[in-house]
Amino acid sequence: MDMAKKIAVTTTLNGEESIFLCEPRQTLLEALRDNLGLIGSKEGCGNGNCGACNVLLDGVLVNSCLVLAPEVEGRDVVTIEGIAEDGELHPLQQKFLEHASLQCGICTPGFIVSAKALLDDNPAPSEHDVRLWLAGNLCRCTGYDKIVRAVLDVAEGDS
Amino acid sequence: MASTKQNGTANLAANGRNGYKVIGTRPVRPDGVDKVTGRAIYAADVQMTGLLHGHVLRSPHAHARIRSIDTSKAEALPGVRAIVTAADLPVAEDKIEDLGEGAINLKYLSDNILAHEKALYHGHAVAGVAAVNPHIAEEAAALIEVDYEPLPPVMTVDDALADDAPILLETLRTDSMGEIGSEQTNLASFFRHQRGDLEAGFADAELVVDRTFRTETVHQGYIEPHAATAMYSADGQITIWTSTQGSFAVRGQVCEILQIPVSRLKVVPTEIGGGFGGKINVYVEPVAVLLSQKAGHEPVKIVMSRADVLAATGPTSGSNIRVKIGVDSKGKISAALAELFYEAGAYPGSPVGAAANVSLAPYAIDNLQVDGYDIIVNRPRSAAYRAPGGTNVAFAVESVVDELAEELGMDPAEFRILNGAKENDRRPDGVQYARIGQIETVEAIKESEHYRSPLEGNYRGRGIASGYWNNWGGQSSATAVLNPDGTVNLNEASTDIGGTRASIAMQLAEAMDIDYEQVKARVVDTDTVSYNDVTGGSRTTFATGLAAYNLGQQLKKEMKRRLAEHWDVERSEVSYEDGVFSAGDESLPFVEAAGLVQREEPLMASSTVHPQDFGPGFSTQCVDVEVDPETGKITILRYTIAQDVGKAIHPSYVEGQMQGGVAQGIGWAINEEYIYDDEGHLLNASLLDYRMPTALDLPMIDTIMVEVPHPAHPYGVRGVGEVNIVPPAGAVANAVYQATGVRMDKLPISPANLLEAMWAKQAEDAAEPVPGDD
Repeated sequence: MDMAKKIAVTTTLNGEESIFLCEPRQTLLEALRDNLGLIGSKEGCGNGNCGACNVLLDGVLVNSCLVLAPEVEGRDVVTIEGIAEDGELHPLQQKFLEHASLQCGICTPGFIVSAKALLDDNPAPSEHDVRLWLAGNLCRCTGYDKIVRAVLDVAEGDS
Repeated sequence: MASTKQNGTANLAANGRNGYKVIGTRPVRPDGVDKVTGRAIYAADVQMTGLLHGHVLRSPHAHARIRSIDTSKAEALPGVRAIVTAADLPVAEDKIEDLGEGAINLKYLSDNILAHEKALYHGHAVAGVAAVNPHIAEEAAALIEVDYEPLPPVMTVDDALADDAPILLETLRTDSMGEIGSEQTNLASFFRHQRGDLEAGFADAELVVDRTFRTETVHQGYIEPHAATAMYSADGQITIWTSTQGSFAVRGQVCEILQIPVSRLKVVPTEIGGGFGGKINVYVEPVAVLLSQKAGHEPVKIVMSRADVLAATGPTSGSNIRVKIGVDSKGKISAALAELFYEAGAYPGSPVGAAANVSLAPYAIDNLQVDGYDIIVNRPRSAAYRAPGGTNVAFAVESVVDELAEELGMDPAEFRILNGAKENDRRPDGVQYARIGQIETVEAIKESEHYRSPLEGNYRGRGIASGYWNNWGGQSSATAVLNPDGTVNLNEASTDIGGTRASIAMQLAEAMDIDYEQVKARVVDTDTVSYNDVTGGSRTTFATGLAAYNLGQQLKKEMKRRLAEHWDVERSEVSYEDGVFSAGDESLPFVEAAGLVQREEPLMASSTVHPQDFGPGFSTQCVDVEVDPETGKITILRYTIAQDVGKAIHPSYVEGQMQGGVAQGIGWAINEEYIYDDEGHLLNASLLDYRMPTALDLPMIDTIMVEVPHPAHPYGVRGVGEVNIVPPAGAVANAVYQATGVRMDKLPISPANLLEAMWAKQAEDAAEPVPGDD
């Protein structure tokens, strides 16, 4: 296959049908950022260790740096840009702000997408559940304390 | 002194305290919404028309002479627009300049950007390529043919100082307290601080503990890789968009390296995804500028891979450290000696000078000597990392202090209070302390529920340690524009890494007695305000906050002057209280006054500051650990930090600094290290193998903010960013000793290192005859 020859991919992106062109060698992360202009998903490592590029693929949490862009054909992708609904911040976004859960903020989109996946599946997690689930997301600024508190606060608010 | 413990979420909406209206509250940061919605623009997010993508080719050898570089095959690849090597850099002068956080030799600075004659570490940049997309740039870099003559690598202090050590830098001579040596060497410099009579002090000692330690190279570990975009315009004007702790530091370094006047370069700081000292030095910026120029004035973006970040940026020094401390029969320190051997990486400039100041700083000592050695090795050029050099030496000193307290049968907190430094005592280099809070932080830990609660269970232990950091003042510039609707635009140039837009805006709001929401803080580029030092040295909330305070005072004063004119009264008759201006029967709320005073003439203010009188910070910390005797894995059960914060402007971000610094310190203590093979190849350049703490590795981290206001700041601010990383390794090591009976003499206390030490101790214990057994 000519790795530089572009192909068309049709997907549902943040609730809307989307068609984009990409090279077969491009990752979903690269296509989101460079081809679609969705720069909220970040590359911290490029090999699945940091979680800064987390997105939901058919509702399942994935590292978009480990998914090839053509793989999302016909599937449903939700990025950080699709987390807020109807112009309102998602409760996780709101609680991250209130708890000062971000310092530099580069890991924040990944944490919020990841935490959303957790709460969608388990609305009442324990502190240990939160820490175990978020172990796929690296933050170097906060020591995680205020991130875990924000997620627990959202969970308690829901229950 | 005030002390606040924040353990939960109850304090989120706390109102101001101690008479303050804004200071001490916890408002949402101005850049917050953009950062939780993914809209904030970081360095790699910069897009523009015609953007080319760069890639940097790096040395596969730790130490090699570069015989030749052939770029012809790479140039022939379709889509390649430019290739640069060291030959494209101007010849740099062999002179010392301070362009960031400390002095550097411009020749070394330039050589680190693109290797000239020798590659000095695995990952050293050799050539740069610009192409129409990053994949082609990477392919092209692989087609560049470099003829290397590999040389034996020098990886450690011991390698570097061996009699027959290979020489890294042929012109380097040892600077020994200002005297320059005559021989080729890998020892860049030596210094000594001394006072009192060391020999007499040790002779007076009832008990002396003398130990040596080894700590490994570690990385700052920011999650955002370095990235920069450069546009070299056809008219000679250059713009760089980059993620940096100091846009002016980038401007200064790039202009020196490329020999261009500062007026031709504008640096636009993007949002920054962590720095911790590692985003002061430039790496890809000059390469992007050269590529943009050579590619026909098209913009070029270079984004580092994580492997490149670990191999070629950042790290802080590995070190060999000896600490010898003697105490008299009452437990008072009678003499102390520290010998610090720090690995600078490929070019001189380890943080050994700062480390010497940190070393014995928490203690009042009459007789001491601290020796520092700055040593070059075939590792990346070391960069600042949060309280540079402090964690290494505090691990050593606090381990020895713990051993002394144990031998004396003293509580380790009591020992630290008995020997604690206070006002008028001196740092190891002789600097005299103003009002400091070291003893207060020990007392806060001693009185904490954590320290007083029992710790039970096998293989569990508790440790404490103290630490010091100098902090910094530095230069700041800011302007404030009063809008007719009563809001203020605050333009400042201190990169916001952890909420400083908020903490600076809060000081302006407090000074003007207006709401936090009325101040709009933004970080501007190098053409917009005057010179501004890096966000580093824990200086930003202190110094740029001082500039903001001055702006508030100026705006208020000018508003009063204009109102006096308007009301036709003496200026001294106009007062301003609770957000209302008044004189006699006249009164006007701030918002209305803002419009009125600008009917004839707009109003703005500017402030530049360079405070010399910055207050140092101290921290004492307590940790409980559990060791798995089968695997050597350490679990952090509980952690409490007490830190003298001066005055917490935004308590949540102060707690965040404390928690974040401790998390990094724990990583340093128990896992993080650079692992090299015998040929000097870095083996763990990924975030899987360079193992930083995850959420699962840490408990909640309790914070006790001890507030000993700094007398030279209007709100008592001290820097809070760095000192927190100094004590963790010592505290963890002391807790591990309580848990296992093993005193670790090296970092990290990784499972492998700890198991080895535990087995060695078991073998030693088994070899000793058991009393009464024969």
